[in-house]
Amino acid sequence: MCYLFLVIFSLWAASGTAQDWEDEQVFPEEQAARVLTVLSSTDTSFFASIIEGFIARNPSVQVRYLVTSTAEIDTVFRASPAAFDIVISSAMDLQIKLANDGLALEIEGLNYPNWAAWRRSLFAFTTEPAAIVINRAAFAGQSVPETRQDLIQVLRAQPEAFEDKLGTYDVRVSGVGYLFATQDARTSETYWRLMEVMGSLGTRLYCCSGDMIEDLAAGRITVAYNVLGSYAIARTDLADQIEVILPADFQTTMMRTALVSAQTGQPELATAFIRHLIDAQSNEDMFPLPPLQDAAKAGQPTITLEPALMTYLDALKKRTFLDEWVNAVIQ
Amino acid sequence: MKFLLVEDNQELAEAVIGRMQLDGHVIDHADKIQDAIAFSETGEYDLILLDIMLPDGDGRDFLKQHRAARRNTPVIVLTARSQVSDRIGVLDLGADDYVTKPFDHAELQARCRAVLRRKAGAAQSELRMGDVRFDPVAGRLTVKDEVIDLRNRELRLLELLFNAPGQIFPKQKLVDRLFSYEEDVSENAVEVYIARLRKHLEPSELKITTHRGLGYRLDNV
Amino acid sequence: MSEAVRVSGSLRNRLTVILIGGAAILAVLLFFIVRNYAAQIAQQSQDNILGASVTSILGAAIIRDGAVEVDFPYASFSMLNTDSDDRVFYAIYQDDTLLSGYESLPLVAPDFGEGTVFRSATIQGTTLRVATASRVLIGEDRRTRISVSVAQTQDALSGVLNRISRNVALFGAGFFALATLLAFWATSTTIGQLKRLTTSVTRRGPQDLSPVVKPVPSEMVPLVSSLNHLMSRLDHSLSQSEDFIAEAAHRVRTPLATVRSHAEATLQRVGREENRQALRSMVRAIDESSRAAGQLLDHAMITFRADHLDRQDLDLVDLVQELVLRLTPVADMKDVDLRLDAAPGIRVAADPILLQNAIRNLIDNALKYSPSDSTIMIRLRSAPHIQVEICDEGPGFPPDQIGGLVARFARGSNADGIIGSGLGLTIAQDVALAHGGHISLANRPEGGACVTFSL
Repeated sequence: MCYLFLVIFSLWAASGTAQDWEDEQVFPEEQAARVLTVLSSTDTSFFASIIEGFIARNPSVQVRYLVTSTAEIDTVFRASPAAFDIVISSAMDLQIKLANDGLALEIEGLNYPNWAAWRRSLFAFTTEPAAIVINRAAFAGQSVPETRQDLIQVLRAQPEAFEDKLGTYDVRVSGVGYLFATQDARTSETYWRLMEVMGSLGTRLYCCSGDMIEDLAAGRITVAYNVLGSYAIARTDLADQIEVILPADFQTTMMRTALVSAQTGQPELATAFIRHLIDAQSNEDMFPLPPLQDAAKAGQPTITLEPALMTYLDALKKRTFLDEWVNAVIQ
Repeated sequence: MKFLLVEDNQELAEAVIGRMQLDGHVIDHADKIQDAIAFSETGEYDLILLDIMLPDGDGRDFLKQHRAARRNTPVIVLTARSQVSDRIGVLDLGADDYVTKPFDHAELQARCRAVLRRKAGAAQSELRMGDVRFDPVAGRLTVKDEVIDLRNRELRLLELLFNAPGQIFPKQKLVDRLFSYEEDVSENAVEVYIARLRKHLEPSELKITTHRGLGYRLDNV
Repeated sequence: MSEAVRVSGSLRNRLTVILIGGAAILAVLLFFIVRNYAAQIAQQSQDNILGASVTSILGAAIIRDGAVEVDFPYASFSMLNTDSDDRVFYAIYQDDTLLSGYESLPLVAPDFGEGTVFRSATIQGTTLRVATASRVLIGEDRRTRISVSVAQTQDALSGVLNRISRNVALFGAGFFALATLLAFWATSTTIGQLKRLTTSVTRRGPQDLSPVVKPVPSEMVPLVSSLNHLMSRLDHSLSQSEDFIAEAAHRVRTPLATVRSHAEATLQRVGREENRQALRSMVRAIDESSRAAGQLLDHAMITFRADHLDRQDLDLVDLVQELVLRLTPVADMKDVDLRLDAAPGIRVAADPILLQNAIRNLIDNALKYSPSDSTIMIRLRSAPHIQVEICDEGPGFPPDQIGGLVARFARGSNADGIIGSGLGLTIAQDVALAHGGHISLANRPEGGACVTFSL
């Protein structure tokens, strides 16, 4: 599926014509007076209940929910900011750059903690760590790696067992993957060693967490690094096949963020959606994602919402980082 | 009585002296403060009559020195001023009384007598004639151990007669001495007082006789 | 008596206005200066951070394998984080080509050396502070100039400035309020000195012309010394005129006394009735004129003093007793008894000289009209009002004239043969009025006149 996507993506990028979405849903089915277009990197399953809650409150509104990858969101939205009302993405760096470049609408009167919002235009609404997810069967009878260092040792001890059985984000394609990678690299040198070990064992590269989880459950791979933990945990049907490990050495935790397009035709409705999104956190039934947690209270550092996130988006920096990454992973 | 008159106006001094002598007083005259001090230091006076405006100074200065030297001779000030404050000032400086110029001699004498009476205290100035004793300062008449307090006009009348026994005083003269010029009185007014005195003296050896067309006389029978 | 003084403004108001106005100007000045200074400092600190960011990016620029690499640290942007989430823009140029960052941020290459240039620019309607620096990199075969601009919006800065402005405004207002209080205090202390001088001059007795001896502030010395000078001149001229009056009275009265004494002495010697009558008239004329002159002077003095009442706390009984003592010799001459009936200790606040004069005139009057061998009753009462009642056994007031007798120079129709100026009752009346009282006249049923002097 991932390869398929890659093909589609490259085709679209080359031609610049047709737009294919990972998913496109309309809530409700019937035509309504107003249509709110949401561009999101979050799977529809996580958002359906939230959107239904919103429609229940605003009956005359139809929500068009479009799902695509974080990197593509950036490209698509920058190309036509007026076409979308809301942008939701897990790539904090891309989101903050959108806001910094003036593409996000400033919303007054939202009483939100300073660390969870930027410039009153970018609002975080989840706290989601990157996780190591393993296939239970493959690790049957042996201890589960708790840290990256553990993982490196396990991989080095049995290189033949993990050959072609590893997976991670292709940071060249995935926005959130790139965010996790750069933040990992910033935090610890262990990241590069892990990447070199994984690269030497022929790691598969994915566009999305969902694909990695599917392949893990199916046993096509046995270890996936930097998977969105929330996605993995949410797949309760696969709980017997996979195990989610939050690394004990350090966690890279991102916050899913939402913004309103500065060029939206219906700022009030869009603002109402943001309000609804924020309010929905407190309602477990409606909000299947892990709600926002104050990093200072949770005891785990979260990627800070600040302009410094744009550092690795710098063309020169990105080029350097990707060169290094490709050297390590693809070899 | 012995008086010291301190007055620079010669005419007034002569008039006052003449008048005082008429009543049988001895009187020395000083016309400046310097002399007045000299007199008061040498002579014993019963009373000093003091003018305020003097050629060599203010009478009040004399008064101050007089009192400072602890002399207690009574002083009556003759003043030309009429302001009450001025009079009080004089009293504060140790004067015993004051008379405003021009003054009635009868009033002056009355004031002298009042001052002397206050000052004299126990000191007697008693005159005797026959079995009668007369203290003109205290205004007291003693007849056969009976003490009579004389009223003012009785006193003045008796004083006149006592000073010149055997002399006939015409009614007219007595009226002049007993009554002020404000009062229009007939000569007969004096008869009331003669009658009173006669009554007081009845038990004594003294007698006031009437001399028709001439006047009255005090006789020692 | 006191002339209305023309008022030209108020020293206190003027002083207060100047002080408060000055304080207001200072407060406003303070506000602008501090605010401007704070703006400079805030701008300076923003510039410092922008400069550091530029320097750290520029420092990371290297040439590797003939290509320029700028692997700048995370901190380059991290240091630009602000409370207000200011937007950040940057641009990295190699010579005139954009290597990375925002195209919209124009390149301004510094003209000289390695210095950092700061400027304000407006991009997309937003005001930015831009720091730019450049550096020459020397590669194997070429030299290339790398220029870096980092720009930031000024939301935090203006937030800080607004906060400072508000605080400085509050501080300025506080300063102004304090200065206003101080101004009032300073004004009232300054004016207080003047007030104290005024009070010390106002509280003086009417006769007090002594110089002011209390120490005064140096600025008031000219005023006080000219006041003292004026008072000494006034005192001098008053005492001169007093001396003059005394001298004049002396000059007039002494010859009168001489004439009177001579007339009296002559009367003792002259026998003819017509000559005696003439002499008597002469003595009476002399008495009348001197008495009239005396009372006129007294009346003038009372009119003067009534405007400057010198009230003192007096024992009325003592005062009347003293008067009775002084007048007893005169009463004695007519065999008139002066009887004083008073409970001890009646205190009044009155001008002693006026009171003495009034009561003496009333007793004088009673004496004049009293027949020989009669009694004058002087009664003092303290309730319901303080009263002095003087009753004689004379002919009494003519009933039809009783109301007009207190008028100036009015005399009763039965006053023939009695020396008087007609001012006695007027004087008593004026004194009573000056003290807020009055006199009333009445005849006693058993005969005789009664005058009641009430305070």
